[in-house]
Amino acid sequence: MDETCVTPDLQGIPQPRVSESRRIFKVMFSRWVVIIGAVIILLLILTAIFAPLLTPYEPNKVKLEDSLQQPSSQHLLGTDLYGRDVLTRILYGSRIAIIVGVVAVTASGAFGMFLGLLAGYFGGWVETIIMRITDALMALPPLVLMLAIAVMLGGGVPTVLLALGVALMPTYSRLMCGQVLAAKENDYVMAAKVVGAGNIRVMFRHLVPNVFPPLLVLITLDLGFAILTEASLSFLGIGINPPTATWGAMVSDGQRYLLTHPVLSFTPGLAIVLVVLGFNLVGDGLRDALDPRLRGRI
Amino acid sequence: MPPLLEVKNLKVTFDTMAGVVKAVDGISYHIDEEEVVGLVGESGCGKSVSQLATIQLIPTPPGHIAGGEVIFEGQDLLKYKADSNQMRSVRGAKISMIFQEPMTSLNPVFSIGDQITETISLHLKLNHQDAQQRAIELLEQVGIPDAAMRINNYPHQFSGGMRQRAMIAMALACHPKLVIADEPTTALDVTTQAQVLEVMMEMVKKIHNSLIIVTHNLGIVARYAQRIYVMYAGRIVEAGTSDDVFRDPRHPYTIALLKSVPRLDEPRGRQLVPILGLPPNLINLPPVCAFKARCSWAGQCKKETDPDLRQVGDNHFVRCHIDTKGELSGILQR
Amino acid sequence: MASFIVRRLIQAVIVIFLVTIISFLLLHIIPGDPVIRVLGMHASQAQVAQLRHELGLDMPIYMQYGNWILNLFHGDFGKSFIYHEDVAKLILERFPVTFYLTFLALTISTIIGIMAGVISGVKRGTFIDSFITLFANIGVAVPTFWLGLLGIYLFGLQLGWLPVEGWTSPLDDFWQSTRQVIMPVAALAVPNIAIVARQTRSSMLETIHQDYIRTATSKGLAQNVVFYKHALRNALIPVVTLLGVTVAFLIGGEVLTETVFNIPGIGRLLVRAALDNDYLIVQGIILIVGVIVVFTNLFVDITYGWIDPRIRYR
Repeated sequence: MDETCVTPDLQGIPQPRVSESRRIFKVMFSRWVVIIGAVIILLLILTAIFAPLLTPYEPNKVKLEDSLQQPSSQHLLGTDLYGRDVLTRILYGSRIAIIVGVVAVTASGAFGMFLGLLAGYFGGWVETIIMRITDALMALPPLVLMLAIAVMLGGGVPTVLLALGVALMPTYSRLMCGQVLAAKENDYVMAAKVVGAGNIRVMFRHLVPNVFPPLLVLITLDLGFAILTEASLSFLGIGINPPTATWGAMVSDGQRYLLTHPVLSFTPGLAIVLVVLGFNLVGDGLRDALDPRLRGRI
Repeated sequence: MPPLLEVKNLKVTFDTMAGVVKAVDGISYHIDEEEVVGLVGESGCGKSVSQLATIQLIPTPPGHIAGGEVIFEGQDLLKYKADSNQMRSVRGAKISMIFQEPMTSLNPVFSIGDQITETISLHLKLNHQDAQQRAIELLEQVGIPDAAMRINNYPHQFSGGMRQRAMIAMALACHPKLVIADEPTTALDVTTQAQVLEVMMEMVKKIHNSLIIVTHNLGIVARYAQRIYVMYAGRIVEAGTSDDVFRDPRHPYTIALLKSVPRLDEPRGRQLVPILGLPPNLINLPPVCAFKARCSWAGQCKKETDPDLRQVGDNHFVRCHIDTKGELSGILQR
Repeated sequence: MASFIVRRLIQAVIVIFLVTIISFLLLHIIPGDPVIRVLGMHASQAQVAQLRHELGLDMPIYMQYGNWILNLFHGDFGKSFIYHEDVAKLILERFPVTFYLTFLALTISTIIGIMAGVISGVKRGTFIDSFITLFANIGVAVPTFWLGLLGIYLFGLQLGWLPVEGWTSPLDDFWQSTRQVIMPVAALAVPNIAIVARQTRSSMLETIHQDYIRTATSKGLAQNVVFYKHALRNALIPVVTLLGVTVAFLIGGEVLTETVFNIPGIGRLLVRAALDNDYLIVQGIILIVGVIVVFTNLFVDITYGWIDPRIRYR
């Protein structure tokens, strides 16, 4: 197998039968850390959906007379420079987090897998070109690459999504390409070909259950990574424009008042940590559940 | 003379998601000095697990040594902790093991020489020069050409048969009293199998160690072993000398096994008779005869209980209620 | 081994070529007219035409690319719009700073990360494993910039132990430089320690289940020897191969720490250039970073071949 299409820590996951998925869920959630992660994700989703119900304040409404208040019973986390309630902005920030995460990962995943499929199926030149492009994209740190794209195209949500998509795409192409190559070399594909079955169909039947587990793990972990990277971008002032409430920008805005109002910077950061942690815990739990060797029982 | 190794009622279990598996359910056997004993049975019958358990190589979790004694040179090895000095001084030096898969059983990042000298230095306290010299001699003895040069090669540079020979050399490096060969030839092609077995037997002649051969291949043990134990579902179902077991098998399983294997000296055209059915699930085994479901004599068997080992000859024992009257005796002549 | 190196070298060249294309294309994906973007809406026709000519935008695209590559080889990355200096000079001035910090963070985080991962893997299921795993899980989720601010608040503003920003060359004043460098390096290193520890741990766990570990134990070797000699060497192989990705990751984090701690490195230059639409600087930095990572990967692959005998003797 060509050494190009290898994702080191994901290829080792064996293919479970579909009927095993229930058992896998059971194993996954038998560990309390995974449950905590899942709860966090659930909270994130609920917060994003029900944000208006959770707070009486508007996230973007400027009220200068309330500017820079310390935490109180009225404003649990205080207010920022423009008099906006910090807790409210954090709650609404969850919407950006989810949208960015889900859209970027979905798009990059779909596109990346497609490219990987082409590369693996056709092999030869196609594979080389696609894989080298992947290498080139991976040679750039995601943040740097996204910075460049965001700069050139101007800020805003679509740009950030595009930049994220481009940065995340390579891992999916690699994964898919590797799976396709492995499926191609599988004996039963050859056997089917001998009998005359179309090898596309045979490969797909083998491909889908095989690629699904590592794909799921990758998606979960990438969701956390996407949120983290978008936050970094917003922190730098590039990316999603104000006044939209995004956690990264909030941390940046609070910098100036670090000494007097640490809450402004630290609480949105805490939100980021929590959310990313949630996705990581679930992603790890999934990966461990799919790999029987890493558990203490057979 | 007391036996070199005497195992009494060894039990090994594994925790699994589906329940506790009784991989080894109370086996007892012994081996004397300079004896070759065969342990046969199909995959999953517990033969490999039992041997790993004697030198405490079972990963615990999920495995457990649930009972029994392993008396070696007068001491019960199971009384020692797995990573104790006593246990470690036995492994490699007094009891060593040869494993089934030579490619994965050798560390890919160290040279063959390093891996052999490692055990020599550990147990025999030789300096590097002498250890190296001894390793080269060992490799020559097991038939590896250009030993002095090949000692610096890595496992992936050896062929399958040569790797297994290197494993044999490594196992015998410190002249252990007992060598356990766990399916030593299963991963090799037939011609290489014969060569590797010959090498093993030659070493036995030179070093005078005892040898336990664990295998599912009856042909190997028929030729080389003096005594045979037949295992099924974690128990020993028949035990006897090689002659006993091959010429006068008494357990339905042994008889069925022999019927299912072709022989060069029998009339052509004899039907191979496979054993119908599957081995039992080792979780929650009911207290009945484990082989009954597949037994050709089941109709004659009136007892519902689990049989004990019954003596049917000088050194011949069988775990069965009925007397099969040596149905195959006479058929299998040497 | 030689053929292996040659193959990797060719691959690296192709990838670098593609990186240049990506870097080049960046300037050309700008919607609208980049020249007007830079000069503003009120620029005169003559100014626009002149800048366009300076940037070579009036030539067909493949000629632009050719020219650009040619210029690169002469060390000409263009002139910054804002600073009015050679981009190459600007980058070169700041390069040592970034290199110093990144190198420190890389070394520290790799060593600590591997140690933590090994201990965690060997002592799996014990309290220390849980502790390390918990720390690693959190460490991966923590944004570098937030960690930096936390440090500034705690150690700078509240406790007053460390300076909150600034840079002094270690060659000028080693002690002051070190005091200034502790927090940025720590902020950069912590997430990486977590990543390396996790990777090492899972690699160790996988290695420990291999057959040759059982063989080593069967020879009578002590558990410590089995783990730290037989298992570790194999377990580290996949960790080493991640070095290229690690460098890329650290450079990304470096951008953040330089901004938070106001350190005059390439990261801060990049951010400022990005905010000021100083395209040529962004383009130049992309190129340099990409090339650095590609070479790091190449170096790693060759080293990997040396560590793993199976590749060496192919």
